[in-house]
Amino acid sequence: MDIYTKQGKKRIISEHSPHSRLGLNMLKAFLFGGGICAFGEGLRGLFLSLGIKSDTSTLLVSMIIIVVAATVTFLGVFDNIARHAGAGTLVPISGFSNAVTSQAIDARSEGYVLGVGAKIFTICGPVILYGLASGVIYGIIYYLTGLFGW
Amino acid sequence: MRKITVLPSPIAIVSSSAVGGKEEGEGPLGGGFDLIDPSDSFGQSTWELSEAEMGRVALNIALRKCECSHEDVDVIVAGDLQNQCVASALALDSFGIPLIGVYGACSTCTESILLASALLSMGSNQTAAALTTSHNLAAERQFRAPTEYGGQRPPSAQWTATAAGAFILSKADKLVTNGNKSYPYVPAVKDFMIGRLIDGAIKDGANMGAAMSFAAVDSILAYFEASEYSPKDFDLIVTGDLGSVGSSILKDVLFEKLPLAVPKLTDCGLVLYDMKRKDVHSGASGCGTSASVLASHILPMMRKGELSDVLFLSTGALMSQSSLLQGNSIRGIAPAIHLSAIKNDNYEVK
Repeated sequence: MDIYTKQGKKRIISEHSPHSRLGLNMLKAFLFGGGICAFGEGLRGLFLSLGIKSDTSTLLVSMIIIVVAATVTFLGVFDNIARHAGAGTLVPISGFSNAVTSQAIDARSEGYVLGVGAKIFTICGPVILYGLASGVIYGIIYYLTGLFGW
Repeated sequence: MRKITVLPSPIAIVSSSAVGGKEEGEGPLGGGFDLIDPSDSFGQSTWELSEAEMGRVALNIALRKCECSHEDVDVIVAGDLQNQCVASALALDSFGIPLIGVYGACSTCTESILLASALLSMGSNQTAAALTTSHNLAAERQFRAPTEYGGQRPPSAQWTATAAGAFILSKADKLVTNGNKSYPYVPAVKDFMIGRLIDGAIKDGANMGAAMSFAAVDSILAYFEASEYSPKDFDLIVTGDLGSVGSSILKDVLFEKLPLAVPKLTDCGLVLYDMKRKDVHSGASGCGTSASVLASHILPMMRKGELSDVLFLSTGALMSQSSLLQGNSIRGIAPAIHLSAIKNDNYEVK
């Protein structure tokens, strides 16, 4: 066994490291993620039936999922669900909500300015930055294609 | 050839204490802990202060066990996982004991006992203490993600222990006080070997056990090459927190290079928790792991005479969040101490 070179060590490590249980993880992510989306869809249907406009209903659904995820995070339950749900709670807007609120709870002991204020977007910073940036790029393309009447 | 430092006279560990949190208390060694706080907070408002308080309590218990006061301790060597070892600083603030802070990541326990015994061997100091702490939630905050962040960890990831181990050391020929009459043997540091930096080859902070395993291999091979002993002379060769991935690498490599050592191997990271419990994955990690397993399990067995010679290597993964993001691989280190049970002349049969 080659334990003296980087390649040798890497080979040994990969032989011994267990793989994530992909099938099971994907199934759980599908069930949890799908559940959240079905819940959202149900809410949207309810709002529409109450005569709320389509755009507003969609927005309301997002806001409710954000608030529910934030509350569950605050109660210390979100991480226990997410360790099973994986991408199922991460990919919907619940993951975004958890990333912001968990960071805010954590930074609370360091004060509201340099703690919460400075650190609240540490985890979801990339989403905000690249989300906004791609929005700008999309906007420019949208504008230009509009000029040529496409 | 690497050098083993043989102490002029063995340095006794006259008392030890282990303090831990909920998961540690519910683990297989829970009964050996001196104090468990099921809230993990130790009455403090932040996890960082909780770690400090846990260390303070552990040191007080160890002092009480050997009927010592903090004024009897000439020097303390202490370390933890927080930046600038601030948990140790906050823990030891009120004691007024001269302090050497050490940062060896998860190798801190062995490093601090090694340094304390070396200091005692130099003569002027009579009694020393060693203290090691780690706190799961303080470590999560510093090294990974917020404590309430919801993520899924890979099966190679380990669970940082909320645990502290405190040790009071004294020259074996001048056992400090009356506190050690109740056991027939006293565990003592006979010799040690300082660890060497070994590249763990990977940058995956969720597979530290694997990265550290090569340092453990290096130290175990070097120790038995330089020493007059064979693995047969030891009851146990204990590694710190390799977990299941790192331990299986260590076993495989030693099976080829030093097969005699294989049946003696055990890992603190594999015994602290019930491995089937949620999210423990590959096992325990953090410097509190080896410190608390040593204090709660190994030393008590040595005092009763159930173990006589133990080679103890806490394994450290040296890295930071920045070093990993900047593409540097994890460096491992594994200092070794040889613990031997010596007869207690003060022993009084009850």
